[in-house]
Amino acid sequence: MPATRIVVPAKAAKGEVIEIKTLINHVMETGFRRDTVGSAIARDIITRFSCTYAGEEVFRMDLFTGVAANPFVAFTTIATETGDLVFEWTDQHGTVTREQTRLTVT
Amino acid sequence: MRTRSQPLANQLSRRSMLGGAVSILMLPLSAGMAAATPESMAAAMDEALGKSASIKEGRVKIELPQLAENGNSVPLKIAVESAMSAADHVKTIYVFSERNPVSNVVRFHLGPRSGVARVQTSIRLAATQRITAVAMMSDGSLWSGGADVIVTQAACLDDT
Repeated sequence: MPATRIVVPAKAAKGEVIEIKTLINHVMETGFRRDTVGSAIARDIITRFSCTYAGEEVFRMDLFTGVAANPFVAFTTIATETGDLVFEWTDQHGTVTREQTRLTVT
Repeated sequence: MRTRSQPLANQLSRRSMLGGAVSILMLPLSAGMAAATPESMAAAMDEALGKSASIKEGRVKIELPQLAENGNSVPLKIAVESAMSAADHVKTIYVFSERNPVSNVVRFHLGPRSGVARVQTSIRLAATQRITAVAMMSDGSLWSGGADVIVTQAACLDDT
């Protein structure tokens, strides 16, 4: 499973807009490059990233070949209740990498 | 006269040779870029947003470095002016490129739970170009913003 990095505040006040940053280690191979003997390197990218908060989707991203390797994204959500943030990266083969973290709302 | 025209002739031939060398160098590059044009971006926009959708300029702010030394990873920030309430919010932000081999770069799906319409990521740029972001609001209206970026080293598309 590819390594991921997630930055989320551990605690937030109710109603506060929090910023979430995530990164996943992935080549995001475009399919436009050739190797040293001239044969094409097959495309291999992550096509979808989503974040659910206490079971409800709050952010989603569609990725194409124009997203840099090791896709990074920063987005926001309103802290509504204490719950799990679940992050899912889906690659073009349908393989899902899932991570989760708990957000405590006071 | 002869002595004066001689260096001029030399200069001319040297210049034309240089020109020839430059065009030879440019050839594989332009051939590789053939697929990417502003027209293909327009086609991608039609496909994503509906044919001849009316897009107004404004409300969308893109932040890109003016000069990207390495096109492989260029930081991109987008902010959209919106109340982000249940009744009035940004639904989707589309990012389009006019010079990349694939015109669609990335899409962000937001909602009232986002609080603010502000996202960041890193993108690839194959050439110096203008990047366009279009925000689709909850009322269906479309707003756009763009930023020009000079790319000194393009994202590698060929043998590397």
